[in-house]
Amino acid sequence: MKRVTLKESAYNVKTGKILVAKMLTAQEKYFKIALAGGESLDHEPGQFVMVAVPGVGEAPISVSSSPTIRGYFELVVRDAGKLTHVLHQLEAGDTVGIRGPFGVGFPTQILEGNDLVFVAGGLGIVPLRSLINFVIDNRRDFGKVSILLGCKTPQDMLFGDEVDQWEKRLDVNFNCTVDKADPDWKGNVGLITSLIPGVTLDIERTFAIVVGPPIMYKFVIAELLKKNIPERQIYLSLERHMKCGVGKCGHCQIGDVYCCQDGPVFSYDKIKNNIEAL
Amino acid sequence: MTQYVILNKTDLDEFISRLAQIKKTVAPVKRGVKNYAFEEVTSGKNVAVKYIPTILPPKKYFLPQTETLQQYDKSKKTWNAVMEFQEMIIFGVHTCDLAGIQCLNMAFSDKPKDINYLARKNRILIIGLECNDYCDEYASCKVMDNHMPNGGYDLFFTELDDFFMVHINTLEGEDLIEKTGLFKEAKEEHKKALKAMREEKRKRFKDEVNVTHNQLKPLFDKSFEAPVWQSLEARCVSCGNCTNVCPTCYCFDIEDEIDLNLTTGVRKRRWDSCQNEPFAQVAGGENFREARGERQRHRYLRKFKYPVDKYSRYFCTGCGRCSRTCMAKINLKETINELAQGAK
Repeated sequence: MKRVTLKESAYNVKTGKILVAKMLTAQEKYFKIALAGGESLDHEPGQFVMVAVPGVGEAPISVSSSPTIRGYFELVVRDAGKLTHVLHQLEAGDTVGIRGPFGVGFPTQILEGNDLVFVAGGLGIVPLRSLINFVIDNRRDFGKVSILLGCKTPQDMLFGDEVDQWEKRLDVNFNCTVDKADPDWKGNVGLITSLIPGVTLDIERTFAIVVGPPIMYKFVIAELLKKNIPERQIYLSLERHMKCGVGKCGHCQIGDVYCCQDGPVFSYDKIKNNIEAL
Repeated sequence: MTQYVILNKTDLDEFISRLAQIKKTVAPVKRGVKNYAFEEVTSGKNVAVKYIPTILPPKKYFLPQTETLQQYDKSKKTWNAVMEFQEMIIFGVHTCDLAGIQCLNMAFSDKPKDINYLARKNRILIIGLECNDYCDEYASCKVMDNHMPNGGYDLFFTELDDFFMVHINTLEGEDLIEKTGLFKEAKEEHKKALKAMREEKRKRFKDEVNVTHNQLKPLFDKSFEAPVWQSLEARCVSCGNCTNVCPTCYCFDIEDEIDLNLTTGVRKRRWDSCQNEPFAQVAGGENFREARGERQRHRYLRKFKYPVDKYSRYFCTGCGRCSRTCMAKINLKETINELAQGAK
């Protein structure tokens, strides 16, 4: 068996240098990463990268920063598996391997000029933040913006400072809820679905973008449909374990679509009849 | 280019020997009772000209069980994508397995192209071999339309009386004919013999299930909620044998192998199976195909529905390997018949 180096390959790895690493909560760690040689990642909001540590493995991680930021990108990683556990041991100055960006992100061109309702449950805020910050950085290109945020407890809230900024903005309608409050919590208590009836929206021009744990989707979608938002104006980002990122390995397949190539962002009307999707 | 040449049967041994001198040659070899495997040969002595589908299809040369994708050296700070390949000739590939290779070619040529696969495929010469009759009761090559040669080879052998009729399909194939130098031009009588055999064969091969080729796709389109998956759920043991032996299953996992010096290592892809329980599991613990019945349905839909939508061809070749190997006696033909029965 002969072995030769490939210059053009889907498996080429770029070096990512960790500029900042810090814990956001007890489980989630934040990484600010720059590609070697000042190369730009050139991602779209909602895309993901494959992050690798030699000798350990590789895992798909959503890009959390908006492409409006240049020179670096941000990831937030929960300590949940083999690779992410090792990532949690890394600090500023360490390097990781990066492949990608992969997948179809949020359809920013379709969203332009329309009203947006963001619904983020738990870790869903991590990929959704790439789009929220993109919209805020290009605020004039979009109509009304509502952000609905839900998490288990106030301690699980990610990006607290940034969330405070969103809340303070006059051009953003912000609402937040936790499943279980603590004495200092001043916001709502209850599931994220409880926030949806309170949103007033123009169904002609409102797009809902929903990202959260698998269990959340059917309940949130049911609430949105009650508001008469057309199915094609609801976008979701689905979680699967991509191994190759290029539509071959089969791990992320959802019925007849590959989450890594056809998604992870899908409009609801495209996947509602896909029995493996939701 | 002459399309047809003939080889005397008595010259087959010498032909294989000469092939093996040109480059590495593999061919079906007997491996115990009712078992055959593609293995390297240096002469025709061990080559099985009549054989039932090998334990593993020739897929193992196109998409090896493990294959290095990257290699790294932490001390030198290098981390490169690599590909592995080997020049070889595969002799004796049945039409079902030729179809399997065509399916793999399709999947790996789909964008983004898999360079590792395609570059290796281009270094493998294929010599097909016709089945004049059924191999055994598990085959369903007629209904899959793979019982007759349908391209995908460099040379194609058909055994007749005391000679092999050989179809030359590519320039590389013609090159092998010239280099081995054992072939004679086929005469009209030889072509007649081939035609007569094929006519007989067409009569003998009948749809092996209760639906036709074209009815299979619509049947599977409506099969999501079929009770047959519950029946498979109760029987399947999730061993993954069916996908390993399938000529068109190509799912893989990617994993690291670091050397004992903890400095150098490789990243490999390794055959994986959608029948394994953790296949569709994510880090949070959610498993999107938790039930064995769901996983079996997925395997069938990846043969009879999804690829037809995407590539306009079935990814079942009718080789029968999945049924032959199944410990729980899950039989593809029976599954299709049960589906068809339920759809009535």
